[in-house]
Amino acid sequence: MSLVFAAVCSHAPGITGRRERADPALRDAFYASYERLRLALEASKPDVLVVVGAEHFANFFMNNMPAICVGMAEHYEGPIEDEAWLAIKHTRVPGAPGLSMRLIQEVMNDIDLAYAQEWKFDHGIMVPLSFLTPRYDLPVIPVNINCQGPPLIPLKRCYQFGRALRRACDLAPERIAVIGTGGISHWPCTPDSGKINERWDREFLDHFLNNRRGPLLAYDDEATWRDAGQGGFEIRTFIAIAGAVEKCAGELWYYAPIPIFAVGCTIAVMNVHPNY
Amino acid sequence: MSLYYVQKLLFQLNRDPSVRRRYDENVENLLADYELTEEERRAIREPDIGLLYVMGVNGQLLMHYAAMRGFEWNAYIDAMREGERKYGPVRVGLYTRADQRP
Repeated sequence: MSLVFAAVCSHAPGITGRRERADPALRDAFYASYERLRLALEASKPDVLVVVGAEHFANFFMNNMPAICVGMAEHYEGPIEDEAWLAIKHTRVPGAPGLSMRLIQEVMNDIDLAYAQEWKFDHGIMVPLSFLTPRYDLPVIPVNINCQGPPLIPLKRCYQFGRALRRACDLAPERIAVIGTGGISHWPCTPDSGKINERWDREFLDHFLNNRRGPLLAYDDEATWRDAGQGGFEIRTFIAIAGAVEKCAGELWYYAPIPIFAVGCTIAVMNVHPNY
Repeated sequence: MSLYYVQKLLFQLNRDPSVRRRYDENVENLLADYELTEEERRAIREPDIGLLYVMGVNGQLLMHYAAMRGFEWNAYIDAMREGERKYGPVRVGLYTRADQRP
């Protein structure tokens, strides 16, 4: 059993780029939860960190958009954003191409994937890494789920992807950690930026933390768009993690709407075995 | 409808340093490579961030273009609001308002 750690966290660019404009009490408690997550991740002694993220036109465009893509590069670079804008220095992050190859090959028994040997990280991966692996020394395998807009991969396929990823991880000798990163309700990059539907978020998180497959897969994209914004499509990253830790519950370490960060800031850790 | 090419230009501008150099050196020359309407060329050139938003440009692209053109965060949000006031609701895509959807 080589999946050793699973969690979810937020990744909005404001978390680092607009840190000085947030309510200090909320922000500092959120950062402290990231630090707690970093320590827990390190304690799991992972060889590799798989980051299931929602890419934002950093690598893929509408001329050839994969539903799900897994990185298979020797190394990655990021952020693509302006360093000052995101407040994260440009850096290089090691990959794990051999493990990527094995995971992709195994997952493709169940789910068609794209792969990429060239990939630049945007805020969706760099913001979490800046907190969780601040020395950027842990090899990373990025996974991208298209959450930008339709046609979108159905939620049940995200769950199936998570299950397949888990099976592939458990066949590997490496100790593998997986982090899902996305927003819940949010309206990024619109005049409604900062709007957050806390009630919707908490209901979704309750289903997620109890890994209720039925309710999780019953979310409808049109209703999500209406109630949780176009950013709500990023629940796909959470649902992939739910699939990877099927039947396992989790614990919410932080949730609070922080409007200047444009998202309900979330950190949760999932058990990786049902009996824990 | 050439919204696709507006977005492709903004994607490449953000992603490819050689496109960015061409933009800095001769924007008209660069714009000529894309199938754009005069309204779209004007919106990119000025830039009219509000109009680009109303056209339906994806925010993950527009956000970076606004930053590149010197819009700080509040100015970027205000520009989108001003676009809606000046040009009406978003015409197509994800940012159409719920009550304007067919």
